[in-house]
Amino acid sequence: MSSQIVFTDEQAMLLDTAAEFCRKHSPVEVVRSRLAADQIDVATWQEMTELGWLGINVPEEFGGLGLGMSSVVPVAENMGRYLMASPYGGTVVASECLVTSGRRDQKEEWLPKIVSGAIGSMALTETNGSWLLEEIGAQALERAGMLELAGTKCFVTDADAADFFIVSVNVDARVRLLLVRREQIPQGNLQRETVIDETRRSYRLVLDGITVPIDQLLEGSDFQTVEFASLLLLSAEISGGLAGAIHTIVEYLNIRKAFDKVIGSYQALKHPTVKILLDLEAMRSHLYHAATRMAEGSPNEAEVALRMAKAHGSSAFAFAGDRAVQFHGGFGFTYECDAQLYLRRALWCQYQFGDESYHQHLLEPMLLDQAG
Amino acid sequence: MTNTTETELNEFREEVSSWFSDNKPSDPGFLLPETFMEVGTDSQFEFLRDWQRKVYEAGYLGMAWPEEYGGRGMPQVFQDIATQEMANQRLPFMPNTIGLNWAGPLILKMGRDEDKQKYIKNILSAEDIWCQGFSEPEAGSDLGNSQCRAVRDGDDYVINGSKIWTSLGAYAKYMILLARTSTGGASKYAGLSYFLAPMHVEGVDPKPIQKLTGEYGFCQTYFNDARIPADCLMGSEGEGWNIAMVTLTFERGATGGQAGGIASMELNINDVVELARRAMRNGKPAIEDPHIRNRLVELITESRGNQLMGARARIPALATDWPTAVPMSGKLRGSELKRRMCQLAVSLQGANGARFVSAEAIDGGKWQRSYFNSFSGTIGGGTSEIQHNILGERVLGLPKS
Repeated sequence: MSSQIVFTDEQAMLLDTAAEFCRKHSPVEVVRSRLAADQIDVATWQEMTELGWLGINVPEEFGGLGLGMSSVVPVAENMGRYLMASPYGGTVVASECLVTSGRRDQKEEWLPKIVSGAIGSMALTETNGSWLLEEIGAQALERAGMLELAGTKCFVTDADAADFFIVSVNVDARVRLLLVRREQIPQGNLQRETVIDETRRSYRLVLDGITVPIDQLLEGSDFQTVEFASLLLLSAEISGGLAGAIHTIVEYLNIRKAFDKVIGSYQALKHPTVKILLDLEAMRSHLYHAATRMAEGSPNEAEVALRMAKAHGSSAFAFAGDRAVQFHGGFGFTYECDAQLYLRRALWCQYQFGDESYHQHLLEPMLLDQAG
Repeated sequence: MTNTTETELNEFREEVSSWFSDNKPSDPGFLLPETFMEVGTDSQFEFLRDWQRKVYEAGYLGMAWPEEYGGRGMPQVFQDIATQEMANQRLPFMPNTIGLNWAGPLILKMGRDEDKQKYIKNILSAEDIWCQGFSEPEAGSDLGNSQCRAVRDGDDYVINGSKIWTSLGAYAKYMILLARTSTGGASKYAGLSYFLAPMHVEGVDPKPIQKLTGEYGFCQTYFNDARIPADCLMGSEGEGWNIAMVTLTFERGATGGQAGGIASMELNINDVVELARRAMRNGKPAIEDPHIRNRLVELITESRGNQLMGARARIPALATDWPTAVPMSGKLRGSELKRRMCQLAVSLQGANGARFVSAEAIDGGKWQRSYFNSFSGTIGGGTSEIQHNILGERVLGLPKS
C-alpha cells in the first residue's frame, strides 16, 4: 500500500474558505434555529453556489471547476464540523452520478444548472433499510416510450427543494439510474420523514403514479461511483463532526466542576476524550488517503481506504456522540445540550451507506483472501 | 540541504537494497530478541553489536549526522531510505538504541563540542553502548520524584541510589542519568540534574532483573558512593528536568534527529495475517473464523491508519486544530496496537495458545513471548495511562489530573 497523501493548493484554498464560511454561517444557534425548518436556507445555498462549490467535481466543459471529488472533501468536512444543514451532499452525489453515468445531452442540460444552484437528491434506499444499492424493489415498467414507476424510496434528503432526483429502479430485471424532474412528481408523493438527525430534512418518495419518458434513464449504471461518492462525503462529514464533538467536550470539561475539581482533570473523562482524538486522527488519515487514491484513479486502493474511513469513522463518531452526552452529566440528558446534536448526527452518518460491521465485512476478502 | 533528485534517490535505494541483501547476517541459531530491551545473553548482544558496526562501517547509519563527529552529513532522506530498507528486509536491529535515538541526538543538540567529539562516533559504531537511568524503583513514570542523589565533592559528583529498567545495563559504558543535586528549590523538578555518566567506575553495579517472560534484559543499577567526574554534568545543576524532557521527545519520536536504523524486529499485522493462515482453530485455519476475520480487519485498519498519520500530519493545513496530536501519540498508538496484535496472534492458536517458548509451541512460542514483551512498550517511556494524560493536557488543553 502506498501511504502517500496528496493535498493540493486548490484543496487547501477550499479548506480555508469552507472553514471561514461554515463558522460564519452555521454557529450552533443557527443550527438549532433550523431544526425542523420547513425549507432549506436559500440565501446560504445561493452563497455556496457563488463560491463555485457546486461545480468542484463537475468537468470544465460543463461549467465546473473540474477538480474531482477529492476537492469536495475539505468543504464537506467543514460542513460536518459546524453541523451545517444543506442539500450539498445530495446534490454533489447526484452531479457525480450524472458525470459518470449520464448521457451527453443529460449532462449538457443538468450539469451547468447544478453549477448555478440547481438542487439534486438521491433516491436509493428503500423501507427495508438495505444498504445493497443494486438489490431494490422499485420497478419501472415500459409502456409506449414511457416508464411507469412503482415502489417507495426513503431517506431522500431535501426532496422538497430538489429540482431533480436520481432514482434507482429495476427496468427489465436490470438495476438502472433514472432522472426524475421535480415537476413529474405529483403532490402528495413526497412525505417528510422523522429521522434521528434533526438537521436532516428527509423525505419518503412514493414512486407509484409517476410516469416519465424512457429517455430519462441514465446511460450508465455506475453504482460504484454513487457509493464511493457517498462514502467519501459521509466520511468527510464524520471527520468534521468528530472535530466538532471534541471541541464541545473539551470546552465543557474545562469549565464544569464536580467535587471541587474541574471535571477534565478526572482521568475517567480525559482518557476517553483522548481516544476520540486519536480515532479522528486515524479516520481523517484514511479519508485523505481515499481522496488521494480516487484522484489518481486507483479504484481498488480507493475502495479499501473509503471503507476503512467509513468503518472507523462510523464507530468513532458514534462513540464520540455517546460520550459527549455522558460527559455533560445531567445537562447532557437535556435537549438544550449540544451534545445530542453530535450524537444524532453521528447515528445518521453511521447508518447511511453502511455501518462499521458492513464495511468491515466487505473488507475481509479484500484484505485477507488475496495472495501476499 | 542540497537539491537531491529523484534519480539520485532511486539509485541510492538500489545501492542500499543490494548491500543489505548481500551482507545480511546469517541465522545465528538462537531466537533473537525483538528490541534492545530484550537482549538477555552475551551471544545475542555480540551478534547485534557486530551487525551494527558493520552497517555503520558500510555508511548506512548516522548518515545525516555531522561528518566532523563521525556521521556523513547527508540529507535525512538518505538515512530514511536506508532505515526503510532494513525494515523491508526484516534485518536485525541496531542494539545501541539509546545512544542512536536518544542520547546521541541530545548530545548533538545540547552537548559541548568535546562531548560530541568524545561520544558520537562510538555511539554509531556500537563501540560505546549507552543506557538510560531515569526511572527509579519507587518513582515509576513519575520522573520528577527521582531520589537518586548526586553530591558535588571536589572535582567529582558522588552518586547514591538506584535506577531501574536499565536496558543493556550490563553492557553499557555510559548512562544518561537523572539525579537529584538538591532537595530544596522551588519544586521537586528544580533539584534535578542530568549526567552523561560512565558505568565502569567503582560503586556502579548493574544487576540483571528477570522479566515476566522468564528472560533477562533489564538491570537495576545500584550506585554506592560512585564517583563520576564533575564534567559529566550536562548543562548546569537544576536543568536536569528540562534536559530529560528533551530526551523524551527524542524517545517518543516527537522530534527528529535520530541516527536512523531500525530499533526493533518489528512484528507487523501482515505477520499476524500470515499466522492466521497457518494456525488452526477447531481443525480449520484461523483465517476462516468469522470473528477472527473481523478482528484482523479492525487491526489492519488501525495499523494502516498509523502508517498514514505521519503523511497527513506533515501537511500543515490538515493538522491545524491539534498540530501535535500525531507526533505526540506515536508511542501510545504503536505500543498499544502491538500489544493487541500479539494478543490476537495468541488467540489464533486454539488450545496451543496456552503454550510458551518451547519446541511444541507454534513458531517456538514467539507470539506468547512477544505479547509479554509488548508491555515494555506500553509501560516503558511513560505508561499508556500517562500518555493519555499528556495528550489530554498538552494536546487537548484539559486540566492536569
